[in-house]
Amino acid sequence: MNDEPLLIAEGLTKHYGRQLGCRDASLELYEGEVMAVVGESGSGKTTLLQMLSTQIEPSAGRVLYRMRDGSVQDLWTMSEPARRFLLRTDWGYVHQDPQLGLRMGVSAGGNVGERLMAVGNRNYASIRTTAADWLGRVEIPQSRIDDTPRTYSGGMRQRLQIARNLVTAPRLIFMDEPTGGLDVSVQARLLDLLRRIVSEMRIAAIVVTHDLAVARLLSDRIMVMKGGEVIEAGLTDQVLDDPNQPYTQLLVSSILPA
Amino acid sequence: MKIAMNALTLTDVTKTFTMHLQGGLRLPVLRNVTFAAAPGQCLVLTGPSGAGKSSVLKLIYGNYRCDHGHILVSAGGSTVDIASAAPREILSVRQRALGYVTQFLRAVPRVSALDIVAEPLMSKGVARDEATARAAAMLKRFNVPDRLWSLPPSTFSGGEQQRINLARGLLPEHPILLLDEPTASLDANNRAVVVDIIRERKAQGAAIVAIVHDDAVRADIADIAVDVTLFATAA
Repeated sequence: MNDEPLLIAEGLTKHYGRQLGCRDASLELYEGEVMAVVGESGSGKTTLLQMLSTQIEPSAGRVLYRMRDGSVQDLWTMSEPARRFLLRTDWGYVHQDPQLGLRMGVSAGGNVGERLMAVGNRNYASIRTTAADWLGRVEIPQSRIDDTPRTYSGGMRQRLQIARNLVTAPRLIFMDEPTGGLDVSVQARLLDLLRRIVSEMRIAAIVVTHDLAVARLLSDRIMVMKGGEVIEAGLTDQVLDDPNQPYTQLLVSSILPA
Repeated sequence: MKIAMNALTLTDVTKTFTMHLQGGLRLPVLRNVTFAAAPGQCLVLTGPSGAGKSSVLKLIYGNYRCDHGHILVSAGGSTVDIASAAPREILSVRQRALGYVTQFLRAVPRVSALDIVAEPLMSKGVARDEATARAAAMLKRFNVPDRLWSLPPSTFSGGEQQRINLARGLLPEHPILLLDEPTASLDANNRAVVVDIIRERKAQGAAIVAIVHDDAVRADIADIAVDVTLFATAA
């Protein structure tokens, strides 16, 4: 196990015009660690996720990533092709809306296979076998491999998006409300799947969610955001069972018992 | 002569809850908690409900933040102060050395009873086959019928869930075990199983801190008693 952080964010700040998106967020994420970012709509959690995953450029601050060769690189001084390659291979990004993360007109097998081809796989038969294996791992019947995601239910699309992201064995995966918009029963199935795969593959993950139950089930550590700032952070069960900040206490006490 | 090192040492541990939603009401719970447990020793926390016994266990496990003081946990040649350790250090200590067993199972949707019991072993690095075999033996020991093993426990009875949680918590043979009323509401057979396992763990050198209301069980397992009301904050 490597003792250096995989991802380091320092002082990430984003202004949208005069509007503050996120102020001075810093974190360190280690291999195999799952961090949840929680907070209400407009708290800055998605802005933070997008800065970490280089989708939007920070107004201030930097993001460092430890590459597979051990070198640590500043993601915003990397060349664009190098960053794109990283995104396609070493990282995954699971969107809340699977339509943003899938190619809706391409077969399920093609959606998974495309990521493999991006890392240089050219053998059609082996790509198809791997794709079929991954569909099985996310509990999609292999008979549906040639269907497009248009014909899939919401839960199946989300599982396909996860398979597409994980097939290249990324070291880091970003998830934006991965269970948002799904039925409760479908959510439970997806959460169990995510929990198992992430822990078996020892993938580091940053999960943005407004659902504290999702955070508790999936994450080791948690950051609570409000008004663009990180107001509390720590071990997930500690922050949820012994919250310090008034806002965190309000969040925790607002959950309806099942 | 070398004095045996304590597995667990609490020094001046102090805890106050601040309830911001109740106008910043401050609830002092514990002040200057100080005690130590040696390997092979079972220390029982005593005191009436509300004295802060469970809070002590939660502080040791890192589930509650410690305002002041030190909680030294020694395992595998290293000592970690839970009161000031980084989250990943606490997680690592929990995985390697620190077990915490309550009577309540936090059931994960869709995961089978067998996998729930085997999981802590696997996260310690035990291979799946071996972890599953040992989990099965533990479930059998707790008289959980094998037709239930492959089912997720969310629909099980309270007693069945409790036994699955005990099997999960007691299986990994951690050097430090925190037990919060493990035998509450168990029948005599299963209570005897818990007492047997606690004796085995003590013989293996585990340091145990327990809350036990059952007098017979307490007499069976306790080496020392610590009265938590000594550390209660004067109201």
